Amino acid sequence: MIKHHTNRAFDNELRLLRDRLLLLAGRVEKMAALSIKALSEHDTALAHATMDYYKTIDGSDLLIDRLSIELLARRQPCGQDLRFIVSVIKMVVCFERLGDLANKICKRVIDLKRINSNYDSGDLASMALHVQAMVKEVLDAFVYKDCHRASSVITQDVALDEIYRIITRNFINEMSQRKEDAENYYHLLSIAKWLERMGDHCTNLAEIILYMINGDDVRTKHDNGHLQQ
Amino acid sequence: MKQHATSTMITNNLSVRYGNHLAVDNVSLTIKSGQVTAIIGPSGCGKSTFIRSLNRMHDFIDDVKVEGAILLDGVDIYAPGVDAVSIRRRVGMVFQKPNPFPHMSILQNVLSGFSFTRKKAIKRKEEIAEKALKSAALFDEVKDRLHAPSGALSGGQQQRLCIARALAMEPEVLLLDEPCSALDPISTARIEDLINVLRTNYAIVIVTHNMQQAARVSQVTAYFLSGKLIEIDETKKLFTNPSDQRTEDYITGKFG
Repeated sequence: MIKHHTNRAFDNELRLLRDRLLLLAGRVEKMAALSIKALSEHDTALAHATMDYYKTIDGSDLLIDRLSIELLARRQPCGQDLRFIVSVIKMVVCFERLGDLANKICKRVIDLKRINSNYDSGDLASMALHVQAMVKEVLDAFVYKDCHRASSVITQDVALDEIYRIITRNFINEMSQRKEDAENYYHLLSIAKWLERMGDHCTNLAEIILYMINGDDVRTKHDNGHLQQ
Repeated sequence: MKQHATSTMITNNLSVRYGNHLAVDNVSLTIKSGQVTAIIGPSGCGKSTFIRSLNRMHDFIDDVKVEGAILLDGVDIYAPGVDAVSIRRRVGMVFQKPNPFPHMSILQNVLSGFSFTRKKAIKRKEEIAEKALKSAALFDEVKDRLHAPSGALSGGQQQRLCIARALAMEPEVLLLDEPCSALDPISTARIEDLINVLRTNYAIVIVTHNMQQAARVSQVTAYFLSGKLIEIDETKKLFTNPSDQRTEDYITGKFG
């Protein structure tokens, strides 16, 4: 049974905060997907459009922070309400950074076009799709308050780190043989690094969501992505 | 002041009835010295009845039946032959509304407990009063008017006078029944600071409707509902991640 606060205004304020975060999260998810598509298809027009779309995110984090702080000050929440608001304050940082990284990837897609790079997007694109799936999974974990999905994201990050390791090794090998393409590989290595960072932010989000749901701080329990009971 | 860092109060299956009404239902918990135990719960949940049973306040009320045991350092305070007055000397109490004796001076109020117990034995009474007033963080404010009527003090000062009155008897346990509910935020903050200082030497139990106050001053919190102890845990745990859904509903202010 859904339980409501004795003070209905508090329910509405928490709902508003959740809706604001979901709006931001949805935009970040869309941005991640667009930037990955731009990367995979060498599509600079889409990269530019995605960077424009980034402007819709700008400032959302400040509004959510303000709403959260006001709720803490006025309602002095406890229990799951406290965990929810504190989690929102932390999650908004992760979403903002995810958006920022997607924006940076778009810039590099444009840079790659500028130097007429004919990069093979194969491995990088599959890594990017892995990240995109993690972003979707972690959002679903938040929406459905699903610990299983959140834990799955943490596990997926282990695989992502391995993909990153292989891709960077390949890029470095290729770069050593084709030194004239150093700038090309510099951009590709940067993109790979940022995709790996996006995975880390998804993991952070998953940890925050687990804390939000059951108060369990898993940050102290896992090492290299492996949950330890 | 004596140091009573090891005094412990334990209730074993404590039930209190008013006639047929079961106000406290089979409560077992431990109150340790050196920490503040807060008791929270909605009106009528039995928290005040519970705290009053800890120093036999119900002895004055007809038709009250106390079952189970309350052990103070291993001795049942309701056992035959145990003197209620001696228990109240060891277990001091401060009430919701400041209640100094209005016809007495500040000094007389602090020492008034001795008139019920060991009046003849009292020596160095001004020294005892000064210690108690200092412990209650009131001495500096009243040292020049110890013989003035207590009614001249502010509400917050009167409440600290009541705490000094309880401390003068050198109790082991201090029971505070909503001690700040009639006070403004500044006086409340002073009492809360005082509680924090006193807890090193006493076992303190505070009943409060103010959950934020419980969260601020206590190390352990117990949640009562319909006379039952629903949950007792470290305060930081209970207010962030309680184990029982009924506690969660109460601290988040929810209903069905």
